[in-house]
Amino acid sequence: MSSFFTRDQIADLAWGAAFLGAGGGGDPYIGSLLLRQAMLSVDQIRMISVDEVPEDALVIPNGMMGAPTVLIEKLPNGNEAATSLRRLEGVLGKTAYAVMPAEIGGLNALMPLALAAQLGLPVVDADGMGRAFPELQMSTFHVHDQRVAPAAITDENGSTVVIHADSDYEVERLARATVVAMGATCYLCCLPVSGAQLRISAVRGTLSAAIGIGRAVREARSRQVDPFAALIGYLRASPYYSSSYVLFDGKIVDLDRQTSGGFARGAVRIAAQPPQQGNMEILFQNENLVARHDGVVRAIVPDLITVVDRETAAPITTESLRYGQRVKVIGCSAAAVMRSAKALSIFGPRAFGLTDPFTPIEELDQQWASR
Amino acid sequence: MKIGIDVGGTNTDAVLVDGTNIVAGIKVATTSDVGSGIKAALAGLLPALAGGRVSAIVIGTTHFTNALVQGVGLAPVAVLRIGAPSTLALPPLCDWPPRLADCIGDFRRIVGGGNDFDGRRIAPLDERAIAEAGRAIRARGLSSAAVSSVFSVVSPVDEQRAAEILRQEVPDLKVTLSSTIGRVGLLERENAAVMNASLVALSAQVVDSFKTAIAEIGLSVPFYVSQNDGTIMSADSVARFPVLTFASGPTNSMRGAALLSGLTDAIVVDIGGTTSDIGVIANGYPRESAVAVNIGGVRTNFRMPDLLSLGLGGGSRVRDQGIGPDSVGHHLTRDALVFGGATLTATDIVVAAGLATIGDPSLVRHLDPARIERGLDWIHATLDEAIDRVKTNAAPVPVVLVGGGAVLVSRPLRSASEIIVPDNAGVANAFGAALAQVGGEVDQVMLYGAHGRDDAIRQATGLARQRAADAGAVADTIEISEIEELPLAYLPGGAVRVRVKAVGELAEA
Repeated sequence: MSSFFTRDQIADLAWGAAFLGAGGGGDPYIGSLLLRQAMLSVDQIRMISVDEVPEDALVIPNGMMGAPTVLIEKLPNGNEAATSLRRLEGVLGKTAYAVMPAEIGGLNALMPLALAAQLGLPVVDADGMGRAFPELQMSTFHVHDQRVAPAAITDENGSTVVIHADSDYEVERLARATVVAMGATCYLCCLPVSGAQLRISAVRGTLSAAIGIGRAVREARSRQVDPFAALIGYLRASPYYSSSYVLFDGKIVDLDRQTSGGFARGAVRIAAQPPQQGNMEILFQNENLVARHDGVVRAIVPDLITVVDRETAAPITTESLRYGQRVKVIGCSAAAVMRSAKALSIFGPRAFGLTDPFTPIEELDQQWASR
Repeated sequence: MKIGIDVGGTNTDAVLVDGTNIVAGIKVATTSDVGSGIKAALAGLLPALAGGRVSAIVIGTTHFTNALVQGVGLAPVAVLRIGAPSTLALPPLCDWPPRLADCIGDFRRIVGGGNDFDGRRIAPLDERAIAEAGRAIRARGLSSAAVSSVFSVVSPVDEQRAAEILRQEVPDLKVTLSSTIGRVGLLERENAAVMNASLVALSAQVVDSFKTAIAEIGLSVPFYVSQNDGTIMSADSVARFPVLTFASGPTNSMRGAALLSGLTDAIVVDIGGTTSDIGVIANGYPRESAVAVNIGGVRTNFRMPDLLSLGLGGGSRVRDQGIGPDSVGHHLTRDALVFGGATLTATDIVVAAGLATIGDPSLVRHLDPARIERGLDWIHATLDEAIDRVKTNAAPVPVVLVGGGAVLVSRPLRSASEIIVPDNAGVANAFGAALAQVGGEVDQVMLYGAHGRDDAIRQATGLARQRAADAGAVADTIEISEIEELPLAYLPGGAVRVRVKAVGELAEA
């Protein structure tokens, strides 16, 4: 059933998207501004469900690609997304019926809405992961053998590189080089999918879930009731994030960052808020990967781990983590489609160099409770 | 000897300092023209000079912050951004509160030029469009302009060239370049440049009034203004960069507290009538905020001390469930019980407990001892929690208490290794101003892959030292006070954002 996205939902979406970014995906501040500008003369954007997309209609997932730290300096021209989309349509010889977020975590939840506002297209209430991930092949599209290519990447000059390649890994490698050549920010339209394909691969309803998460916390805070109860309550009632827990409550006591292979990797250690005892360590590579409580795994990728401010429940991206912050760690389950054996081979623990096996967060919680 | 002056919203404090000793201190009311308050303070200090020689006067002021927050005294600004075809999606001032944006006016242009993070050009600088903007500025009769450019923190040449072209068209135009003020983050840096440009005219007036006050008192010494990071700038640069004074008040108070206590690493708690400002001193300087700082509803990325402001002060109202955050403020001497008023305040609690003698203690003798005890417990527990929040590491740290509300603290705090209330705590801010140093800073994206980390850091520290020397520091006193590295995600080639700060003693004129 379709609904409408309006300007007054931008802040809620930005908040929910930051939460679902699980530490990555970039700060949605610039995304909020871009969407607000795009909606200056557009009152509403139609949001449609996966079921509303005709079988053979073309849907184009899209988003910004690059370094969040560069995006805050080299702001977009504003036409990158539309140019990418038009050129990809040219390559395909077909017109897009709708657009959709490739990832719902972080900045890229908002960008497809700005594109939809510009072109007057509807946006599909779904994405390809229900969170954020760092590489192009890390999505449920890839899990279902739907290819990233052809992919069109456009810079602020309107120059476009179109990548044709059979392997999604190859597209990722070539796209990464293109991003650098384009000055570390550019816009990607890729993964052309039909309505029929979406019904197989999409993680549905994630756009409205992100808006709902933001709204739940905003309303709780304006009524001056516990934002965590509202957040966990909303997640538990949602289809994917239903196994959700406050995993830890404490203060950041150590932070180790390094850059390797073009990623921000590192670890953060959090000491428990007295009278509780113990430590939680979270490893991250752009996004949070694994949370260990005194050495015991409490949540692991692709389940979501988000560090939030312990007073306001505001999500904290990995680049904004700082010594001394008072935080809570929230973990929640990923969609079932993200936990299949094939899915785990693409974006499970091993894909990030972790040796721990994937165990669903709800099982880890039971094990922890019955220790 | 040096003189330090702090011009606050209510009081103007001044100290005469010999080395690090306070020879004399004075507190007078701040005047609306600023200058006569300063003159009165200087006149009060002169007798203590006793034939000695003053080598410098350093002034701290919140005047420009107040002007911006209240939207008073702001001049319209021509805003020119260099970066097209990038950045067109988000025009200048797109996130300003409308009321403040109206003060700035509607002259906003984006022209071709700017750089990528690695210094490569985005587009050739559009000199014709800039000259045309200059003519339009002249036609509009605008006297101040702000120029920003994409990645001007990496390469400022486009901003510099644009200023030249604008001045060819409008010879007396005051131009603020974003690269001379802010850090990475185009919107925040541009906002800072626009705020600055709108305050330049007011700043020239205020600096003049400082000059006149000093001259009329018969002193002929150079004077400086202290800035956000606890270092100083010359009178000429404050006339050009008023925004750099935005947080000088709390910075001076924290620096002063550190210097009075002789500690270089401590937590400073400045307890006033309404709030307690808590900050960290590391290496003798306030720790700076890493997040964007909002001023009057506008996002900036200024150098600002990272302060936790707590609604607890001498005038805070006491209720059953706790104390504050509301306060009787400057009506303490009218509303508090000890002054014959009807409001139970934090001050009444400490007086009733026999910990301080303020007003008439007999007026609080009737208070229930259990209630007094609860109040004291609440004050200490709240401060304890707040101090713990701002700590930089788990090690116990000494806490320095300054400000009129320091009497609220009478017990040990678990978060503090010791509590120090230095002599002259009431003029800590003016003392901090007097002993401010000279600094230089570098903030840019460097490629470790190309030259290696050591080489990149060497290059950055060299540049920071050079900037400190250019600002007036004695070369052999300059040291590097801060190096911060932030790896840029997604970029191969080891791109790292590097921030380096150097500080040194002010050269004697």
